[in-house]
Amino acid sequence: MSEAVLATHGLCKAFGALVATDDVSIDLRPGEIHAVIGPNGAGKSTLIAQICGSLAPDAGRVELLGRDVTHLSTVARAKAGIGRTFQISALAMEDRVRENVLLGAVGAASKGHRVFASLGSDSDLSARAEEALSRVGLSALAEARCADLSHGQRRQLEVAVALTLRPKLFVMDEPMAGLGADGSKQMTGFLDGLRAEAPILLVEHDMDAVFALADRITVLVYGRAIATGTVEEIRRSPEVREAYLGEDP
Amino acid sequence: MIREGYLNGLVLLGFLAVPLWALIADEPFTITLATRAAILALAAVGLNIALGIGGLVSLGHAAFFGLGGYAMGILAFHAQTFAPLELGPVTITGTKSMPVIWGVAVIVSALAAWVIGLLSLRTTGVYFIMITLAFGQMFFYFAISWGAYGGEDGLSIYVRNGFPGLNTLVPIQFFGVAFVALCVALVLQWRLRASPFGLALNAARQSPARAEAVGLNPFRLRLAAFVISGAITGLAGALFADLNRFVSPTMFSWQLSGELIILIIIGGVGRLTGPVVGAALFVALEHWLGGLTEFWLIWLGVILLLIVLFARGGVIGLLTGKAGPHV
Repeated sequence: MSEAVLATHGLCKAFGALVATDDVSIDLRPGEIHAVIGPNGAGKSTLIAQICGSLAPDAGRVELLGRDVTHLSTVARAKAGIGRTFQISALAMEDRVRENVLLGAVGAASKGHRVFASLGSDSDLSARAEEALSRVGLSALAEARCADLSHGQRRQLEVAVALTLRPKLFVMDEPMAGLGADGSKQMTGFLDGLRAEAPILLVEHDMDAVFALADRITVLVYGRAIATGTVEEIRRSPEVREAYLGEDP
Repeated sequence: MIREGYLNGLVLLGFLAVPLWALIADEPFTITLATRAAILALAAVGLNIALGIGGLVSLGHAAFFGLGGYAMGILAFHAQTFAPLELGPVTITGTKSMPVIWGVAVIVSALAAWVIGLLSLRTTGVYFIMITLAFGQMFFYFAISWGAYGGEDGLSIYVRNGFPGLNTLVPIQFFGVAFVALCVALVLQWRLRASPFGLALNAARQSPARAEAVGLNPFRLRLAAFVISGAITGLAGALFADLNRFVSPTMFSWQLSGELIILIIIGGVGRLTGPVVGAALFVALEHWLGGLTEFWLIWLGVILLLIVLFARGGVIGLLTGKAGPHV
């Protein structure tokens, strides 16, 4: 087995009496899609927040490419190779689609301090931005205002921004949320190809997508990872059926 | 509806036309009013970079305006009394040279903005407004109690400072100096907005989490914007003091910080020439309405209310038909 790109070791996080993350150890290996599923309130978003750095764990470690990043900021983790998409689109709504992907390119190239350079004449940045847009199929909408996009297009743009970073791994928080059947299918196809480029830690409610995509699945219930395994193993696991899939064993 | 690029050109041409007309009509006071408007516009352009692009509602920009003013006042005071300024081991002789004074004003206000920014940018929203206000008030009360430079009464400077090759006591020449400074600041803002920094700053205002997720530090972006912003407002303060040949603690007052925000809201938040339109209207109203009634600020309030209620993009937004600030 090759070394994990991302690993958590015994992560714990409590909000008062509510234990949102309870001793969670998961890993993400090269080339795989590792899905994290669980009912609402299972602590999926809290887990992502600790992996990406917006929330500090009470105990445990986060390792990125073998390096302990538990105490690094969100910015430093992004620079170290985490490409994140948000559950609720966090885009610059007033800006154009192209400017949103350019932002990713600016961040990836560490050019955010350039006060006197001209964005328009930086062909590296625009090439990177154009490439990301064309890969998700948004090139035609490059000049559209982000606020005018449909929900599904915003989800695509979220992914495009993460692509501009050329990250070592993707952390995607419900990329299918709110997509129609067609959109979901399209996104599933896209993510399927993306795993060869960088592994994906996927939090998702759409079970068809998860079962179609995931190499491995971890099931979170009340903050605990009750099972990790392949799609077949998870489907068959009696605990998972009882706790989550809601079927009689 | 008119395109914003053309409108910006028209605004600046119109701004230039008034004092030129006044020159021909021999109305020197109108030229002085136009100079006042240009300098207030310059101060507001500074604030607009922090407020309009960065979303930093600073109610303490009078601190930088006043620092620029006192940089001019103190240097010119030591020049006119021929008494060098003793700062421990360092001795500084005064100067009446505008470029030197501007350099000092810009550096001092940039440093102050850096320190104030380091502390206040850890907060957001109403807390940021309150902390910047508190810093402004600290400078205000310090200036009042600083007897060496006039304290509450302020400091008069007898001769206007000089600029190589110009007679700055001629109103139109001093207007030219202020107008060129304003144009340079506008070009700077325009370039800044079209730079990677401008894109990142503008995005960090709309979605800080997004900026962080792509590896851009919102705090650093805002701090840089705050320093640039403070430096420009400081330069305006030095010019303002030179216009009046007088410096007093009122340059540090929170009313002035508020006025700068009002200028920007009237003209259009984040719009390139918004502060220019705002300052021109403000000075015109102050002059005309102020001549009719001493309660002219009530009418300014009514105008502000109408703009906030019905023209979210300010005057520039109204004329371009676009409420949002887009370059």
